[in-house]
Amino acid sequence: MLLTSMPRAMKGDSIFYRLSFTSAILIFLVLIGIILSLIDGGWQALSEFGPGFVFRNIWDPVNSEFGAASAIYGTLVSSLIAIVIAIPVGLGTAIFLAELAPDWISRPISMAIELLAAVPSIIYGMWGLFVFAPWFSEGFQFWALENLVGLPLIGPWFDGPPIGIGLLTAGIILSFMILPIITALTRDALKTIPNVVREAAYGVGATPYEVITRVLLPSIKNAAVGAGILGLGRALGETMAVAFVIGGANRIETSLFMPASSISSTIAQQFNEATNEMHISSLISLGLVLFVLTFIVMGIARLLLRKR
Amino acid sequence: MPVRKIKNYAFIGFCTFCALFGLVVLASVLSSLVGKGIAGMGLHVFTELTPGPGSHGGLKNAIVGSLILTGLGILIAAPLGVLAGTWLSESDKSSKTAESLRFLNGMLMSAPSILVGLFVYKVVVVTTGSFSGWAGATALAILALPIIVSTTEEMLRLVPTTLKEAGSGLGASRWRVITQLCYRAAGPGIITGILLSVARITGETAPLLFTALNSNFMSTELDKPMANLPVTIYQYAMSPFQSWNELAWAGALLITVFILIINLLSTALPRWIKARKAAK
Repeated sequence: MLLTSMPRAMKGDSIFYRLSFTSAILIFLVLIGIILSLIDGGWQALSEFGPGFVFRNIWDPVNSEFGAASAIYGTLVSSLIAIVIAIPVGLGTAIFLAELAPDWISRPISMAIELLAAVPSIIYGMWGLFVFAPWFSEGFQFWALENLVGLPLIGPWFDGPPIGIGLLTAGIILSFMILPIITALTRDALKTIPNVVREAAYGVGATPYEVITRVLLPSIKNAAVGAGILGLGRALGETMAVAFVIGGANRIETSLFMPASSISSTIAQQFNEATNEMHISSLISLGLVLFVLTFIVMGIARLLLRKR
Repeated sequence: MPVRKIKNYAFIGFCTFCALFGLVVLASVLSSLVGKGIAGMGLHVFTELTPGPGSHGGLKNAIVGSLILTGLGILIAAPLGVLAGTWLSESDKSSKTAESLRFLNGMLMSAPSILVGLFVYKVVVVTTGSFSGWAGATALAILALPIIVSTTEEMLRLVPTTLKEAGSGLGASRWRVITQLCYRAAGPGIITGILLSVARITGETAPLLFTALNSNFMSTELDKPMANLPVTIYQYAMSPFQSWNELAWAGALLITVFILIINLLSTALPRWIKARKAAK
């Protein structure tokens, strides 16, 4: 009965089969095209600087010296901050919505949080720059400069100018962006657990805390980890929200308050201004690095989400 | 109080706090969007062109450009996506080709949108020698494609086999069964998928930065750089001019309202179609 198994089908069938198959192959062609165009465009930079491009900590358009280390650092650290905030908060929200709140509370909140997911990233960027950054500068950064800088180990992270924008702000804005995805996926996973499981656990006298952490969460472990990694993947590739608030400085600094830049924000901010070929090629190589990073992370997320 | 109870209350408190935290962020984003957006809103936004530095104007050309780019992107992506989804749904479940294409489709869906912009820049902009509406629409089409493919496949898989068998039993050829029975049955779901992809690409900025670029003129010529809302918002929001900032917020409000309407439509339309069918 299947189209694929009907080699001698009627004429209309064969035309339709070819049309649909060609369209399906297009997906493959586009993806291959993206990879090839990134390799081709970045070739000049990669052959000039070698594989060490990834570790070179220099970004100097004037002297045509480029390396990806600072952009990779900014991408990884901002994404790490994002998931460190978004995973516990997203998990907590999902548990509240699926297990603790009555239906009349959880339904409107679920809808509101899905609304957050529909807001385009450029609006998070603007909100981050105009609303969050001034508040963050006065509300948190001044306090941190007085109280946290003296602490051992984490002190240097907060030793910077309280200007509102920078690596930490970018990470926080990213966490707000990926929060709805993590919440929705874990909430859905919690809802697939049959009620008898809960009844059995409550029946032996467990508190909600015990039921959730010892019975429900272990059974959705894969889905929850998958949701977190999916969030990480989104954070790695996000451009506009980061471009607004990260500050655009290609340096590696200990302080999270300092302006920095991510791979995607560097490309977005410099691509149209780049006139020299090595600069353009280096920006495209950054794109290749980003592609490899997201490909790995998203591949892992998909494998985890598929297995139940 | 026993430790178990304290732990329990602390846990419930934490979860409630998390949900409240999410709500506060949402309220802040929406209230600043609506407050600042309405302050910059007015008839001039729709009737005047984007202004030069520091002067007043509207977003007419950007709105028109965005509608053209999004519409054209969907016109390219929808037929290809529906056909590709059809092939995937009709293919054998154990088929290696179908499985790899499904995986690649997922990869394309999660590929950072700025990379799609770089790809189209290399393929279209460099080849034709100019930023253009075509390039922008192509980039948006590539972003819409995987969403349409996967929803179409899902929806077609939900069509009951008995329906297909009935069609074939009457002597209809395979493609007639698919186009005239399956598409009709899965239609509302496929339309939802297409609407969701419209919502997804409307706010996309990064891929337009190096494809459609932007323009301060009213232009409907597809082989020239084309004005569009997202890039205009980005440039105006990052500028030091207050009049530009106000326009950026007005544009941001416009886009968000549009996306919300599309999202509402995507849930309401299938229901409406079903209700109308039931009434017949």
